[in-house]
Amino acid sequence: MKRLLTLLIALMLAGPALAQGGPLRLTITDGVIEPITFAVPTFEAENPQAGQLASDLTRLVAQNLSGTGLFREVPANAFISQVNSFVQPVAFADWRAVNAQALVVGAVSVNGDQVNVKFRLFDIFSGQELGSGLQFAGTTAGWRRMGHKVSDAVYSRITGEGGYFDSRVVFVAESGPKDNRLKRLAIMDYDGANVQFLTDSSNIVLAPRFSPRGDQVLYTSFESGFPRINLLDVANVGRRQIATAPGEMSFSPRFSRDGRQVIYSLSNGGTTDIYRTDLDTGQHVRLTATPSIDTAPSLSPDGSQIVFESDRSGTQQLYIMSSSGGDARRISFGEGRYSTPVWSPRGDLVAFTKQNAGRFHIGVMRTDGSEERLLTSSFLDEGPTWSPNGRVIMFTRETQGADGASALYSVDISGRNLRAVPIQSAASDASWGPLQP
Amino acid sequence: MKMMTKATVLLLVLATAACTNPNRFGAGGVGGAGGAGADGFGANAGMAGSASDPRSPMFFNQTIGDRVLFAVDQSTISPEGRTILDGQAQWLLTNADYRAVIEGHADEQGTREYNLALGFRRANAVREYLVSRGVPSSRLEVTSYGKERPIEVCSNEACYSQNRRAVTVLSFSALTS
Repeated sequence: MKRLLTLLIALMLAGPALAQGGPLRLTITDGVIEPITFAVPTFEAENPQAGQLASDLTRLVAQNLSGTGLFREVPANAFISQVNSFVQPVAFADWRAVNAQALVVGAVSVNGDQVNVKFRLFDIFSGQELGSGLQFAGTTAGWRRMGHKVSDAVYSRITGEGGYFDSRVVFVAESGPKDNRLKRLAIMDYDGANVQFLTDSSNIVLAPRFSPRGDQVLYTSFESGFPRINLLDVANVGRRQIATAPGEMSFSPRFSRDGRQVIYSLSNGGTTDIYRTDLDTGQHVRLTATPSIDTAPSLSPDGSQIVFESDRSGTQQLYIMSSSGGDARRISFGEGRYSTPVWSPRGDLVAFTKQNAGRFHIGVMRTDGSEERLLTSSFLDEGPTWSPNGRVIMFTRETQGADGASALYSVDISGRNLRAVPIQSAASDASWGPLQP
Repeated sequence: MKMMTKATVLLLVLATAACTNPNRFGAGGVGGAGGAGADGFGANAGMAGSASDPRSPMFFNQTIGDRVLFAVDQSTISPEGRTILDGQAQWLLTNADYRAVIEGHADEQGTREYNLALGFRRANAVREYLVSRGVPSSRLEVTSYGKERPIEVCSNEACYSQNRRAVTVLSFSALTS
């Protein structure tokens, strides 16, 4: 049980010797090396109105990159060379001297409520530009998204993987005392900014899940007096109850990969099974038929399999079955109980909650149950959700006692870089959406 | 015996008819979950009667006991629970104008969705017991609040044992109307 966390993320830097042939590249594999150092001088304000935004965007990009734990910012007071213009030649020697491996240069112009942001990325030790300059247009109100897009591009160019900054998270905002908690659906940027409420707190709402495109949310609501599955459109906050197969209680809904079907749990009598309902045809298919509690289904990225939890063996364990139902094979065999499995977007891992010896953990394992790694440990951690690129997991952490409260945390799949998501209110049940178009 | 059967059938028919009435639980019924969250008696608090009147909901709630408690992860009715449920069944058979929603709950030591199902399993165990004692299932509904509505808020067994519960929440329904 005291298995050490295997640290997964390695930063294998292309050193100067390799730089002739290949650009700066951070490969995320086994092992751990130092973060890549980057410098991001304040973006050039191309007109006077752009001054504040240029500064804000620069800080947001720095914050995004540092927040991954994969990058470390070189502070501005160490800079030898100043960057006053987007087009001026880069003084590579000056940046090498302050040990910056990457340099991000940007420029911002504002015209009314229109904003234009462009950036270039340089590999200092090879003395080359990494990729070509990119430009994003948007509005002043949506300026953070442009900062996230710049950050995603920088992250992708250096790691070779998709980013996750320009994405949103749907979650449950909590308030009120522990014995009468008020819960509202809310949506926010991945970093806790721009929180907007999607429902009021008149009914308990639980465990929302984004649609694959991020335009709809499935969740469990007590609006009818009984737990029932609701579908909400993010754009206009319109919501309706889903017509599930006949049953006394429906919950734990997730979208299929095409967003046209709902996989969920239905309780009837003493048993809870997993069902699938087609949103277009209204057809229902029962996928499990045991006297146990089968819940928390999660589809594989190709949609062919479902990982779920069941207490058919006596305690909660993880199982995988075909997405059309049938025989299930157990994949969790460690000590304790396993629940809330979530298939990673890359398909290689399953994140889960583990309960053992009075503690809760968030962990990951391969889809055959091997290479289990526990990433966190606390009084109560639960409900992992994957970043769009499968590198980071967000989850709920609740503190104990009468004043206990929930908060969202994130951790990378190596178990490093554990951090609280800064949100004003208490929060739980995050579902991380896709990168925005 | 034949008379008895007829009476039961009549009651079932009336109860089924009542099921089609959207207001069958009135304001304090299913919505009374909030009350259950507060102290479990709140849902029935507006009902007339005193704890010493055997026909009153207060008697049901306080003298008989409106709830049974469960062991960790279990939905088996304990011997103490059976005594309480025998009293509940007797009361419900005597007071045929009442219906009930059985609300199942779990303690906080578990994941949210599993606890919802576990609470349901507990509520269903109570329903099955009451039905086995003759209460028509048409007068009983079950729901679950999982770990969402603890009545005790500390994080140790003293509180957990009170939170692992199924509460029988009465509602008045005029079957004859």
